[in-house]
Amino acid sequence: MVDQARMAALAKEPLVVVGAPTSAFRGTWRELRDVFRQREMLGMLIRRDLKARYKDSALGFVWTLVRPLTQLMIYYFVMGKILGSAGAIDNFAIYVFTGLTAYTLFSEIVAGSTGSIVGNSGLIKKVYVPREVFPLASVGAALVNFAIQFGILLAATLVLRVFPWHEGIVYLIPSLLVILVYGAAIGLVLSALNVYLRDVQFVIDVGLMVLLWASPIVYSYSMVVDQLRVGWLLAIYTNNPLTLSVLGMQNAIWMHDPADVAYPSHLMLRLLVAFVIGLLLLIGAQRVFSRLQGNFAQEL
Amino acid sequence: MAISTPTVPSTPAPAQDRPDVIVIDDVRKRFTVRKDNTIRERIVTLGRAGRKHRQDFWALDGVTTTIRAGSTVGLIGQNGSGKSTLLKAIGGIIQPTSGTVSRRGRLAALLELGAGFHPDLSGRENVFLNASLLGLSRAETEARFDDILAFSGIGDFIDTQVKFYSSGMYVRLAFAVAVHTDPDVLLVDEVLAVGDEAFQRKCLDRIRSFQEQGKTIIIVTHSLSQVQEMCDRVVLLNKGKVLHDGDPIAAVSMFRDVLEERRSGELSADVAVGRGTVLGATVHADGKGPRDGVTPGDDLLVDMEFEHLDGVADWEAAVQINNTAGQVVYGTTTGIMGLHLEPLHGRRKLRLRIADTNFGTGKYFINVSMMDSAGRHLHDLPECDSFEVPSFGDAVGTVYAKPSIEELD
Repeated sequence: MVDQARMAALAKEPLVVVGAPTSAFRGTWRELRDVFRQREMLGMLIRRDLKARYKDSALGFVWTLVRPLTQLMIYYFVMGKILGSAGAIDNFAIYVFTGLTAYTLFSEIVAGSTGSIVGNSGLIKKVYVPREVFPLASVGAALVNFAIQFGILLAATLVLRVFPWHEGIVYLIPSLLVILVYGAAIGLVLSALNVYLRDVQFVIDVGLMVLLWASPIVYSYSMVVDQLRVGWLLAIYTNNPLTLSVLGMQNAIWMHDPADVAYPSHLMLRLLVAFVIGLLLLIGAQRVFSRLQGNFAQEL
Repeated sequence: MAISTPTVPSTPAPAQDRPDVIVIDDVRKRFTVRKDNTIRERIVTLGRAGRKHRQDFWALDGVTTTIRAGSTVGLIGQNGSGKSTLLKAIGGIIQPTSGTVSRRGRLAALLELGAGFHPDLSGRENVFLNASLLGLSRAETEARFDDILAFSGIGDFIDTQVKFYSSGMYVRLAFAVAVHTDPDVLLVDEVLAVGDEAFQRKCLDRIRSFQEQGKTIIIVTHSLSQVQEMCDRVVLLNKGKVLHDGDPIAAVSMFRDVLEERRSGELSADVAVGRGTVLGATVHADGKGPRDGVTPGDDLLVDMEFEHLDGVADWEAAVQINNTAGQVVYGTTTGIMGLHLEPLHGRRKLRLRIADTNFGTGKYFINVSMMDSAGRHLHDLPECDSFEVPSFGDAVGTVYAKPSIEELD
């Protein structure tokens, strides 16, 4: 029969306004808390993304590695051997793979989260969950792939006896944080925009390709300094957050002779500034996202 | 509807001391229909021209209502009246343009069974994923997993990928997950229309036990008999506005009026109906007064009056008897009786005799229609009269027959 205890418990709960956009700061806080409460579901979505991607393929997770390894081969032979970059850069293979690992993390976050809302439209139209979990699940899936790739990178340094055991390793965490913050901020905004304009997912393909070549991944920063003589252009190039993180990662993982490598001054400070700006952008992105998400269900 | 228990829906005892679970305050929702969907088209139609490519309509227009814990509320209305939009606004899936929806307690929305099932994952993995989307933690799901599996009847297929399931298995598993979450408020949207009869019965039984436990259920359905059977309150929506809020029986009959209005509107648009009217009809049992109770064995007499101002050569008269739940319990036309009526011009009175009736206890309504030879309704007069069959105490249902028991061995 009617459960009186349930009624009493229910009466004590506060009436909560459903999905109302409150003030900017409190809104963000509330949504963060909602997402945190849903962390178990987030974990399950990440697992679903990863499992579903390679289900029914014989090699499964190996395919995650095929793309970056192929890229590595191409760049190593074409850029390193044929075009002769390897001569100017020590341990060219490690150098390229370090940069690629950082770049792949960024591009997977952005590409994955951009498609995440549209890809989960069936869910979004039928069940209410904080919508941020879908882009965040893509971030999580990208992180898992990154971990595998990073493991291979470390294994390679062991094999080549250039394991990065030095003070430069402190750059690793700030670089990763910068990638995460910018990737998540851009991913959040683009995932929401993609609902309204499907052109977005094609734009990012192009954008990510430009970014690959706009960071010192397959060539060295010194070459850019030599070529780009205009001060403000170099400043733009250098302060691109992805460039900063790639440089940071190389500083951390790639063993080299500091004398023949150029780095921008105060790299750590630049990374920290980029991180703080990125954090502010992320909060802004979340606001944009929550403003746009009200109409998701009807636009999809 | 497969199931119809003869008992009256038991309205739970005093509801005054129960908390409100959902408060809807002047909710309005505007939908904008755009005809330009790419950047190119948007730029071309920027500014004033763009407004021509937009069309606004209000799916919800000032809906205000409060729902108390433990009640079962039916949302009815014709297609496009805003039922599903209101349900989605309650569920938080869409945000109202203005106004607020507030609620308390855990909510589960069954807007579509198996939403979030991933075809490439196994049934087991999908159960966990779906349950977490409906707000269950992993530990809670694990504790209920055996129950879910038993309820679904999937058996060993639980570790097979969902894409190999038959559609019935898919729905059973999804419903099993949904009913094993323990919500305070359950939103149901036409879910019960899927599945075979046995499955529908299972669903309805579950919903009844939810009602007994004092859970709040908000249900959107087109099945009016389901509404009358299950709901203790009905909200009738029409064009985004609340037309009626309260007693289910009154709501259903109002809804019939709305449908009738629309139908006759459509009819006059595409068929030349002419000016035919059913002027009136009365019913009484042979040898009794107009308001006397009808008992088994009585002959029913339906006196009808028709009029056609333009004259109609080939026409039929039709009589239909409904019970209070709106179900047709009897119907006949002069066409299926094999009669050919004389051409009608002006007025005419006809008497229909229904011999030796055996209606069960309850109230019945008479609907009379005038139709042309193709079966199109020229005019309907719904619920123009009613009669009542008194209670006999030894049987229920729409048909009465004397029951008795004898020992067989």
